[in-house]
Amino acid sequence: MFKGMTVVGTVLGLAILAGAASGQDAAQKALADATKARQAQMQLYAFNLGLLGGMAKGEVPYDATAASAAAGNLASLAQLDQSRLWPEGSDEMGVEGSKVMAELWQNMPDVMSKGADLVTAATAMEVAAGTDLASLQAAMGPLGGACGACHKAYRVPSN
Amino acid sequence: MRKTLTIIGFFAVALAGAGWWITTPERVDAGDYADLIGVPARGAVVFHAGGCASCHSAEGASGDKKLVLSGGRAFVSDFGTFHAPNISADPEHGIGDWSVTDLANAMIHGTSPTGQHYYPAFPYAAYSRVRPQDIADLHAYLITLPADATPDRAHDLAFPFTLRRGLGLWKALYVTDGWQVAGDLTEVEARGRYLAEALGHCAECHTPRGVLGGLDRDRWMAGAPNPSGQGTIPNITPAKLDWSEADLIAYFTSGFTPDYDTAGGSMAAVVESLAQLPDADRAALAAYLKRLPAVE
Repeated sequence: MFKGMTVVGTVLGLAILAGAASGQDAAQKALADATKARQAQMQLYAFNLGLLGGMAKGEVPYDATAASAAAGNLASLAQLDQSRLWPEGSDEMGVEGSKVMAELWQNMPDVMSKGADLVTAATAMEVAAGTDLASLQAAMGPLGGACGACHKAYRVPSN
Repeated sequence: MRKTLTIIGFFAVALAGAGWWITTPERVDAGDYADLIGVPARGAVVFHAGGCASCHSAEGASGDKKLVLSGGRAFVSDFGTFHAPNISADPEHGIGDWSVTDLANAMIHGTSPTGQHYYPAFPYAAYSRVRPQDIADLHAYLITLPADATPDRAHDLAFPFTLRRGLGLWKALYVTDGWQVAGDLTEVEARGRYLAEALGHCAECHTPRGVLGGLDRDRWMAGAPNPSGQGTIPNITPAKLDWSEADLIAYFTSGFTPDYDTAGGSMAAVVESLAQLPDADRAALAAYLKRLPAVE
């Protein structure tokens, strides 16, 4: 009888442990998913910037309609709801492939302000891209500055 | 025996004398600076090309705060930790009471107004090539910047690097005249060389160093370990850097790489300075990089 209870207890205990482990797995997966989604968003920024930058460098002929569309995408991307994209714990130590420093979560007011700067720069690019090539070229610097400000402060250096 | 001792003694004294002479901090000829009139607007270009704010602003400063040159940033090296001094316009804690000649002695010879050697964390090995007029302009600009009363923090170095006098020997070995990229350069390439080798001091990070911290000039701009200890600084000679001139100019302007990532690590701060330069200067830098001898 006593032995039977021990067996039941052990089985129960193992089941609880397994449950906890799978809960942990699910939490870890959520962090990894958010990291992947963030990186996908960055890819979309880069893809749209590629067209604008190509025009700015003179490698692609300037086309107001195409440039406006790409810049509009940037402005939309910058204004996506990101409340689920940056869960705490999805830093470089917490998720493989993440390059976010843990400091980001200790400086949320600064992060939000840098995010607002990006929206401003992307919105300015939306206007500039549809105006003319010189305006587009002039708007590249502030846009790069807005991207770089956050990378400089909160991304692990890759070099 | 007595004679031998005398000879040995003589040579010992001569050697010590020569050593003392070699390690004496040098100064510029004040006459070279006496008639120069500094123009602050031109000095701003020298300031940004020299990247002064990257080291002398407070840690984490951005925007206008980068013009408050209160110092304090820490630079970890094999010799210990250096702390950038206050070079704001404060007359007591900064350089507000410096003359143009004081600034020239610091930049050209790494010599302080009181006649001490500066450590080469301050890149006078590059600034030694800066033209007197640019120093006068820089001086005129620096004194327009805000004063800040933050006191300097002492360097935290290991013996024997605490002995400043020994730096005279280092200077004799590693502070050289002349240009690294020689030969017939166009006017644009020559301007790029001046920006890169004199003001921009690119080689301080992009060129590897020997055991005593002198640049290995045979591997000019061929990449080096990151002084911050993490990863490496890339090789930017044509052997490894295949960006077009347009790519380089775009990078210096916006920080965007050809893949539309942004400048990382300490290069992000460099780009913030380069972005302040006239378009022609960024184009000149790009032209210079294309002229670098390829080093694998």
